[in-house]
Amino acid sequence: MGKVVLVTGVSRDLGRRFARAIADDPAVDRVIGVDVVPPRGDIGPISFVRADIRTPVIAKVMAREDVDTVVHMSVIATPGATGGRNAMKELNVIGTMQLLAACQKVESVEHVVVKSTTAVYGATSRDPAMFTEAFEPRVARGGYAKDAQEVEGYVRGFARRRPNVRVLMLRMANVLGPGVQSPMTSYLRLPVVPTVLGFDPRLQFLHADDLVAALRHGVLSDVAGTFNVAGDGVLTLRQALRRMQRPTVALPPAALTGIGQLVRRVRLAELSPELLALLTYGRGVDTSRCRDELGFRPDFTTAEALADFAADLAPTFAAPDLVLGSLEDRLRSRAAVAAPPAEAGSATDTGVVRPFVPPGGSRG
Amino acid sequence: MGDADIIPIGTRGRPGRGSGGNRPSAPARDLAGGRAGARRTPPPAAGPRPAEPGASAVGRPPTTTAERGPLDGVPVGDWLSAFQQAAVELFGDDAEAQLARFLAFLRRRLTGDYVVDEFGFDAEITQRFFIAALRPIAQRWFRLEVRGIENVPVEGGALVVSNHSGTVPVDGLMTMVAVHDHAGRSLRPLGADLVFRLPVVSALARKSGTTLACNDDAERLLRNGELVGVWPEGFKGIGKPFSERYKLQRFGRGGFVSAALRTGVPIVPLSVVGAEEIYPLVGNLPSLARLLGMPYIPITPTFPLLGPLGLVPLPSKWVMEFGEPIRTDEYDEGAADDPMLVFNLTDQVRETIQQSLYRLLVDRGGAFG
Repeated sequence: MGKVVLVTGVSRDLGRRFARAIADDPAVDRVIGVDVVPPRGDIGPISFVRADIRTPVIAKVMAREDVDTVVHMSVIATPGATGGRNAMKELNVIGTMQLLAACQKVESVEHVVVKSTTAVYGATSRDPAMFTEAFEPRVARGGYAKDAQEVEGYVRGFARRRPNVRVLMLRMANVLGPGVQSPMTSYLRLPVVPTVLGFDPRLQFLHADDLVAALRHGVLSDVAGTFNVAGDGVLTLRQALRRMQRPTVALPPAALTGIGQLVRRVRLAELSPELLALLTYGRGVDTSRCRDELGFRPDFTTAEALADFAADLAPTFAAPDLVLGSLEDRLRSRAAVAAPPAEAGSATDTGVVRPFVPPGGSRG
Repeated sequence: MGDADIIPIGTRGRPGRGSGGNRPSAPARDLAGGRAGARRTPPPAAGPRPAEPGASAVGRPPTTTAERGPLDGVPVGDWLSAFQQAAVELFGDDAEAQLARFLAFLRRRLTGDYVVDEFGFDAEITQRFFIAALRPIAQRWFRLEVRGIENVPVEGGALVVSNHSGTVPVDGLMTMVAVHDHAGRSLRPLGADLVFRLPVVSALARKSGTTLACNDDAERLLRNGELVGVWPEGFKGIGKPFSERYKLQRFGRGGFVSAALRTGVPIVPLSVVGAEEIYPLVGNLPSLARLLGMPYIPITPTFPLLGPLGLVPLPSKWVMEFGEPIRTDEYDEGAADDPMLVFNLTDQVRETIQQSLYRLLVDRGGAFG
């Protein structure tokens, strides 16, 4: 008998994509997607159940459908359509509590896979360059990071109470990909990108395809525990923006907060305090356990994920590359023209033709 | 009308400001001593004014300010040959290839096509710029003398432990130069968290290979086979008064020793003489320092007194000696968790550095000799 997988948060793009991907797997019999609003796109063979994970209804759904695997993808980073910060917090924390309570009650559940985030580590000047899973994160002050920490706390509690259930938590790095909406992607999509003056943070990205693949790998494997998932390698922010050919403007943190309010008001992006911390101090996570113990390796490196993300965006600042490129090409073609006579003049240095000797040649 | 094409420069001998107007300027009128009534005289209507744009008959389009930029209208090719000739003048016949290389380098940097490692270390920019900029300071200003470089392993992880002094951690930078130039390796320094809190400093530090002084990072670097530099005295070392120069402070909690023990790499003691004299710390402003969140605000004989000029370090003579490596791979597994062993090793390293400091001081003679 194949698996029956319940996926929360399918109304969002990544949730829907994952649900469709897992539904195609031969080891999976049925996929049930749960969310408060119906998914927008094509959900294929998934059976969608409109249910609020903040209510005990979810337990009934799980019992009725005989679910054995629960994939929790409903921890959200932006309030978005749900309303304000309070609604977001309630969905994240209360939703997780209810979902876990249901998992504890329903006997058929054997695997719980939770999509978490590397934001739980925070970003400060006192942090190691690369976080390992063993690192005890500092308590976050608020926002998404705090929600994610609380969610992880409840998940760990659940794992203690139900030791026979395999609990896998995947801490995903910032997800990039065509069409992905997150605080990071809307920041990178700004036509002129504000950066923190005097800081060049290290960033890691995970391609959306790899996120889906990692969750799928997690569902099908039998490994339990907590793992960091990120593309190989790191990029610094300035390097990333240069690769994307975006103009940047470096601002002191106070000015950046003001800009943050401005872009939020015009709904371009949201520069939350935790995003600002990340853009100041940066963060890197060690993915060796993900590779060796979980056996998952992302297809895209950090740089490739960024390149794929940037391929969709029109560069707003291509001038340096164009100017230098044309200059270089001309130089090369000139060198190619100038080189043959120099070679024809055989080994003697006198064969080199100097293009122009200034009058009264004062060289030397 | 041949001269309609000529754009006049100046006033063509007529009094006035050359602004194209036909009325003479007030000073010119005063000089001419003309009649008072002349002021009211309207300009003669007859004859097209030469500066009037519409006046030009054929051929040249009207001149606008947009065209007058000195850099406009020069074709890219001319720019290029000008650059080329300048480069040939400067660097000789190899210039073209060098220029091409430089352009390629510039382009790579500006399009982000370079690699940083997981700590943010940018080897290219460090070697081509940071070390190159610091090298003359080390060689000319401080006359840096390096001894015992053969004690630095050619490959594999090793921990260079050094004394710290000089109010501003210039000794760290000089050690990077010395290791790069003499041992041909990149030193990966460990810095205090203050380094990563400061703007600009933080970005430069990460790019040059510095990372936070914590056991996680130290062990990760050492496991990767890097040469790691650590200054266990920290702020107690660089912020000590001039009167206590060359007296080693407490060597932290011995975290560096346990990192070396866990990874089994040798500890190379490094004694630096000369850094103490660059900014003699004669006073401190602890309350202001607390206010700014800094470990100390230095007062040197020159610093607040001469303003920015006081930031120029005094040209003391520097001697750097790498001591015999202390092996840590002979201890058994749990050695790093044995506090007594860690303290003993810490003391051993500290004592070694202190003794060679005294010896080097005698050797060096005068501080500015």
